[in-house]
Amino acid sequence: MSQTDLEIVVDDPTAPEEDSPSVVSSGTIEIFVCILLFALAATLGYDNWRTGASWDSTGPEPGYFPFYLSVILGGGSLYGLIAALVAHRKAAETFVTRAQARRVMAVFVPTLLFCLVTQFLGLYVASFLLIASFMRVIGKIAPWKSLLTAFVFTAIMFVTFDIAFDVIMPKGPLEAAFGH
Amino acid sequence: MEAFGLLLHGFAVLLTWKTLVLMMVGLVLGVFVGVLPGLGGPNGVAILLPLTFTMDPTSAIVMLSCIYWGALFGGAITSILFNIPGEAWSVATTFDGYPMAQQGRAAEALTAAFTSSFIGSLVAVLLITFLAPMISSFALKFGPPEFFAVYLLTFCSFVGLGREAKHKTVISMSLGLLLAGIGMDTVSGNLRMTFGSSELLRGINFLVAVIGLFGISEILLTMEERLALRGHAASISLRVVLGVWKDLPKYWVTLLRSSFIGCWLGITPGGAIAASFMGYNLAKRFSKDPESFGKGRIEGVFAPETAAHASGTAALLPMLALGIPGSGTAAILLGGLMVWGLNPGPLLFVEHKDFVWGLIASMYLGNVVGLVLVLTTVPIFASILRVPFAAVAPMIVVSCAIGAYAIQNAMFDIWLMLGFGVVGYVFKKIGIPLAPFTLALVLGNRAEDAFRLSMIGSGGTLKVFWSNGLVGSITTLAIVLLFWPVIDGLLARVGLTQRAKPASG
Repeated sequence: MSQTDLEIVVDDPTAPEEDSPSVVSSGTIEIFVCILLFALAATLGYDNWRTGASWDSTGPEPGYFPFYLSVILGGGSLYGLIAALVAHRKAAETFVTRAQARRVMAVFVPTLLFCLVTQFLGLYVASFLLIASFMRVIGKIAPWKSLLTAFVFTAIMFVTFDIAFDVIMPKGPLEAAFGH
Repeated sequence: MEAFGLLLHGFAVLLTWKTLVLMMVGLVLGVFVGVLPGLGGPNGVAILLPLTFTMDPTSAIVMLSCIYWGALFGGAITSILFNIPGEAWSVATTFDGYPMAQQGRAAEALTAAFTSSFIGSLVAVLLITFLAPMISSFALKFGPPEFFAVYLLTFCSFVGLGREAKHKTVISMSLGLLLAGIGMDTVSGNLRMTFGSSELLRGINFLVAVIGLFGISEILLTMEERLALRGHAASISLRVVLGVWKDLPKYWVTLLRSSFIGCWLGITPGGAIAASFMGYNLAKRFSKDPESFGKGRIEGVFAPETAAHASGTAALLPMLALGIPGSGTAAILLGGLMVWGLNPGPLLFVEHKDFVWGLIASMYLGNVVGLVLVLTTVPIFASILRVPFAAVAPMIVVSCAIGAYAIQNAMFDIWLMLGFGVVGYVFKKIGIPLAPFTLALVLGNRAEDAFRLSMIGSGGTLKVFWSNGLVGSITTLAIVLLFWPVIDGLLARVGLTQRAKPASG
């Protein structure tokens, strides 16, 4: 018998407020991205020109193909820049609200710190710290649950990758102390 | 008949305990990533790819493709029970699937979704079985100009047929092609676009880019959106399953039409999103009671699911036969083949018969086992959504980092993954499509090599791309598709004039 009358409810206490003010508009970000892409196209185009973007006795030089791609990327970005500047209506659309930005930062900043910590303490210690602190600080989950989940997950990853599948991850002083 | 014999050989390769266990593991992991918010087929496959590095290619691709099937099945669970489409192509499934769940028919909707997924995939796999060997043997006659023309056709059709603003597709694709060129030039050995960085000597591995673009950016987007889920629980009984299956013959036209649409849009780079919407819209248009669509009609679940899964599966056909992936996930699977030193394309059918036919056999078996698995375990997988996102998000981040690092054992790749995560987040929000970027990153070097070899052979003249009927037709078709919006506009204008004449006259 199907039990479709039961309901699963997963509430998120940190859901963003509906009326949060806009931080930046889509139009502004589009203009910014197009300028960045144009700058990238110019830089890569110059580098390819320097490498050699014409023909020699053996055929096209190494920079030939990417140089013309840089030109296409530059053209596309320039078109996008003009289109974004012309489209007034779209410029008013919200790219991110303050509440959304806060939530995005709440995951981005710990991820950035995780990458940094991985470099010095190894991936497994960094994973443990990321999961435990994220669950505790962002999710407001009980400390013992956060620590236990982080430990179990990290241990499973270690056993799966380093032991069972022989995929060696970056290690730090803790693993070295245990002979890994 | 030869294909049938080879397929049987494929089953013989496949039917070992080890491969069957890997198949089950792949399916479970796949359904898991399909259900979890912030994960999906492409990133699931990319993240779990390192698990397969130490396996033999056949076992590895079987496990990866089963992750893919599992993710396809898993996506329907959230669409129907929670009204949350895990993938863009699941949107159309929510139109009737969620209302069915609200009416207490969740089990029926889920059975319909899983069954139609199975049917769509099965039709596409049959197509792959019989068409792929023919296409690949034909493609054996291809030289560099023909291959470049096919790559050009793929790129141009993305630009011409894509729904996004054309300049955004061009930006995405040219950026992908440029980044593919970073590192050592394969022909001359010169360094390009490395700016003296020793880390960039290796080039940018597309899997690292994919993990960032799809995995990390998806986490950022999921965090940004509302995460309060409210849905329906369902367990599927044999009675409901048999009830839905008994009614299947009534919908044979819908199933066949959607399978055809899916296969067509999977082989051409139309994609599963277009296929699911087209399948749904056509089912509604040809229905005797179109008004009932969107209110919990089972046909509204059958049509998009069949089309989307036929498309997702058919996208593997050009990947296997020509080495050109038809979708993002197919591109990642193609990357997997390259990691194991296999060269996807026509020669694969000649040089690695065991591998190819083992893979095709696994498509049949994976779908059957996947169907049984999801029908029996829905409540377990649906309950995954009870796990707080604050626990799931950092675990996904860690899995992404492991995936990115393991590909080349480079810490730099973890940073690169983070960078691509930000790029993916911004690109998604301003409407720059990521699929052309991924495709270009995968195919960039091959397209450039084919172009350079063609140009060297012709002494530098572009006429080589019209040097014979075959290459000329493909190149011309590519240009037609590139300018398709303009041509289509002109045709519509002509059509309007013709229609206007009688009215005015």
